[in-house]
Amino acid sequence: MFDKPPTMKHADNSKSTVGHSPPRKDGPDKVTGRARYLDDLAFPGQLWGRTVRSQVPHGRIRSIEFDPRFDWSGIVRVTAADIPGDNIVQLIEDDQPMLAHDMVKHREEPIALLACADRERLEEALLHVDVKIDPLPPVLDLLLSTHVFKSYRIEAGDIKPAFADSSLRVVEGIYRVGHQEQMYIEPNAICAVPREDFGVTIYGSMQCPFYIHRGLQRLLKINDSQIAVIQVVTGGGFGGKEDYPTVLAGHAALLARKAGKPVKMIYKREEDVAATTKRHPAVLRYRTAVKPDGEFVACEIDVVMDGGAYVTLSPVVASRGVLHASGAYRWPHARIDCRVVQTHTPPNGAFRGFGVPQTLFGCEAHVEKIALELGLDPLLVRRKNALVVGDVMPTGQRLTESVSALPVLEAVAARSGYAAKREAAMEAARLPAGSARARKRRGIGLSLALHGAGFTGSGEAHLKSRAGLELTASGARVLSASTDIGQGTITVFSQLAAEALGVPLSMIEVAVNDTSRVPDSGPTVASRTTMVVGGTIARAAEAMARVLQGYVAQTHAVPAGEVCCVGGIFAARGRSLAPFESIARRYLDERGPLVCIEQYELPPGVQWDDAAYRGSAYPCYAWAATAVELEVDLDTYEIKLLDLVTASEFGKAIHPVLAEGQIEGGTVQALGYALLEEHIYVDGRLLNTRMQNYIIPTALDVPPMTTLILENPYSRGPHGAKGLGELPMDGPAPAVAAAVLSAIGKLIPDLPISPERVMKALHAA
Amino acid sequence: MSDSVLIRLFVNGEEHALAAPPQRTLLEALRYDLQLTGSKQGCDKGDCGACTVLVRERSATGRGEPILACITLAQDAQDLAIITIEGLATPAGLDPIQQAFADCGALQCGFCQPGMMLSARALLDRCERPSLPQIQDALSGNLCRCTGYTKIYEAIQVAAGLREPSSRAPVSSEKALPSDQVAYAVKELLP
Ligand code: FES
Ligand code: FES
Repeated sequence: MFDKPPTMKHADNSKSTVGHSPPRKDGPDKVTGRARYLDDLAFPGQLWGRTVRSQVPHGRIRSIEFDPRFDWSGIVRVTAADIPGDNIVQLIEDDQPMLAHDMVKHREEPIALLACADRERLEEALLHVDVKIDPLPPVLDLLLSTHVFKSYRIEAGDIKPAFADSSLRVVEGIYRVGHQEQMYIEPNAICAVPREDFGVTIYGSMQCPFYIHRGLQRLLKINDSQIAVIQVVTGGGFGGKEDYPTVLAGHAALLARKAGKPVKMIYKREEDVAATTKRHPAVLRYRTAVKPDGEFVACEIDVVMDGGAYVTLSPVVASRGVLHASGAYRWPHARIDCRVVQTHTPPNGAFRGFGVPQTLFGCEAHVEKIALELGLDPLLVRRKNALVVGDVMPTGQRLTESVSALPVLEAVAARSGYAAKREAAMEAARLPAGSARARKRRGIGLSLALHGAGFTGSGEAHLKSRAGLELTASGARVLSASTDIGQGTITVFSQLAAEALGVPLSMIEVAVNDTSRVPDSGPTVASRTTMVVGGTIARAAEAMARVLQGYVAQTHAVPAGEVCCVGGIFAARGRSLAPFESIARRYLDERGPLVCIEQYELPPGVQWDDAAYRGSAYPCYAWAATAVELEVDLDTYEIKLLDLVTASEFGKAIHPVLAEGQIEGGTVQALGYALLEEHIYVDGRLLNTRMQNYIIPTALDVPPMTTLILENPYSRGPHGAKGLGELPMDGPAPAVAAAVLSAIGKLIPDLPISPERVMKALHAA
Repeated sequence: MSDSVLIRLFVNGEEHALAAPPQRTLLEALRYDLQLTGSKQGCDKGDCGACTVLVRERSATGRGEPILACITLAQDAQDLAIITIEGLATPAGLDPIQQAFADCGALQCGFCQPGMMLSARALLDRCERPSLPQIQDALSGNLCRCTGYTKIYEAIQVAAGLREPSSRAPVSSEKALPSDQVAYAVKELLP
């Protein structure tokens, strides 16, 4: 979009906020406690809703009985029979019922709903619903599942000759990762308000208002004008509020319609952890042929992911996973398979990274294994094989610009003192047996990651996301369905609009995210918000600027080409003409509303063939390297993180402080994945559903972090920006595994790297 | 169902009376009876710290110590003076902690912040110049899933006057070259 000459000139760059870090727009409300999250809103006459669940991982429902001896007055009851439209949770496939009526496929499957004004009576009532289920044998192990939801294969070159070539070394490894819970601090929360037109208005904590907007039309058999979905201040999402809120909104809406009153459903933490989506567990097999000097020749990768009971987003998670499974490296020959299978556990879904943290852990851990078996420094192996401009990915995509695998790697290696620290770790390991052994061993490791920005493949082409802005009497209002779930979307969008219009940030407001008022900008996922939607808003703002320039040219009798707006003042030939607001007011009076909406177009040349799985899977990639230094206690097997350095290149940091916040926050989530976070299931039942027994990092678990940002603008992103949100989730876990290897000489192939696993590794022969 | 009892609460310098079941938690009383919704519920089990409020004996001075409102009975809080996030700012303006959290980008979704900021306030009240380990220790009961804590430490150090907010050197916002560019000198933004 920048191949035309820029439409506005900014003589005064000090007014620009792009690349600076103005205060967050939502800061004052959030620091004073004034920000209203869903449960902070009062709805007159509102009832509370709760869910009756299966408790059996697989079976057939025989009966649902409401205890006749219990006093049901004032309690609204809903089962599948109350659903006016299609009993499905709309997403990719129509396989998941909103309320189970026949089969149950996981232990948390919703079967009936209750609502009551009194929370205590509601809890009591839950105990008086008796669901009888004839159990069937469940499949709980992903490797035993024969039901494949979706499979992919990517092929490049011919791997066979490479594996037959005796001059090459073949290195094999199997890696495993488990579930990870998003653990946003605000649990899922929705309120459904019934309307006189038999429609419903949904308020809630969510990432994707239009998912609900469309899903509920089918569920309730209502039309587009009978529903509005309004996102309220949202206490974190990380993917966990991408698709699941459709379930909650559907349930609340069914109750609200039957009750004729607003119904709020807020999950208890234990329920949220047990029932909602998580990161897909995976088993990853790597087989590679490499030259003795470490040059990669061929890889054969096989990934199996556990989708849980229903398809939900699994096909796209697996797709992103398989597309990143060969990492940020050149592989002349590759065969990469991925399949996602059904088990009788709650469906897995979106979580920051979306399949990539799994496959990149496999890939990067395997690079460590290659280096170990070849006796090479893993940094040298990465350097030798890292992608550069001109390289071709296994899908056939040629990388033409904004490729920074090597710069991020070198930045991290230098800043972390990798070479010296690795040498020291090797020195310690060489101490002769019998010499005084240190109780603690230090190690350093690093990883290299890439993350495709925007939807995979033809996703963005299908979506046709729209966003824009409308002129107001005091400036302009951004119209988009992209949600701010904490990342700072509101602030970044305002910066992009202000920049293009040439007005101060304070003149831009962002419309309430209401599906009956804003255009569908697609979901807030896939690291697409800044690049795709932000870019669209910037384009719409440029269009608005052109209209206003033309208007000013007319009203002030100057050539349109010479009008510009700087710092909120229209000027021509160095002479100030009028403030933006007064032009806006005059325009609105004379010509009526001015709304500029643009639609995102994939850059020319970005083509994807879904059938062959070839082409440009993503228009561009963001790059990151992570170095972790740690200490392993040889007596307690505890791991203490000492230092962490990341370098990230995501085109352009529109707001460097918010960008750092994304990197630091994502990195710490990834450290949780690496070291702490593990779910324990017994017979399809999740045992650790509390924050007390599913441990996420606390302030005491975070090492000092150095966050480097490199810039290498992408020609088609707004100001060169690509996507950032998910990138920091990808690299830290394998960097921790590499650092543990450097400290104790053992590669632990499973996550999390718990003291138990360290102990086993140290005591294995 | 249990009968209501009369509960008196002294919150942010104001006296309140409410009728509620005896098992009403302080968090529920604040949020649902007094409409002080700034205190958040993240777990209702004492695990996350989102419901942190400050309390002291009514006769004592200062702001008091952090407690978890979700595992405190409202009845048991009647002898205490309670400060919630709504009571942290003064007529003179935001508390330095609030200002610093806003200035340093120490908040993202904001759901943990009320509890986090009150824990931080209590720390600075008992220790004017805390070390990093003291800060980490004081916040260890307040979970944040968004920020990675680093900017929160910075905010507390700024509020304590130990440092300035780090703002990255601004970079110019020149636009990208056309897509056939092959070489671009990668720029590093210094932290
Ligand atoms: S709500 Fe989590 S500790 Fe109180
Ligand atoms: S800012 Fe979201 S949990 Fe702390």
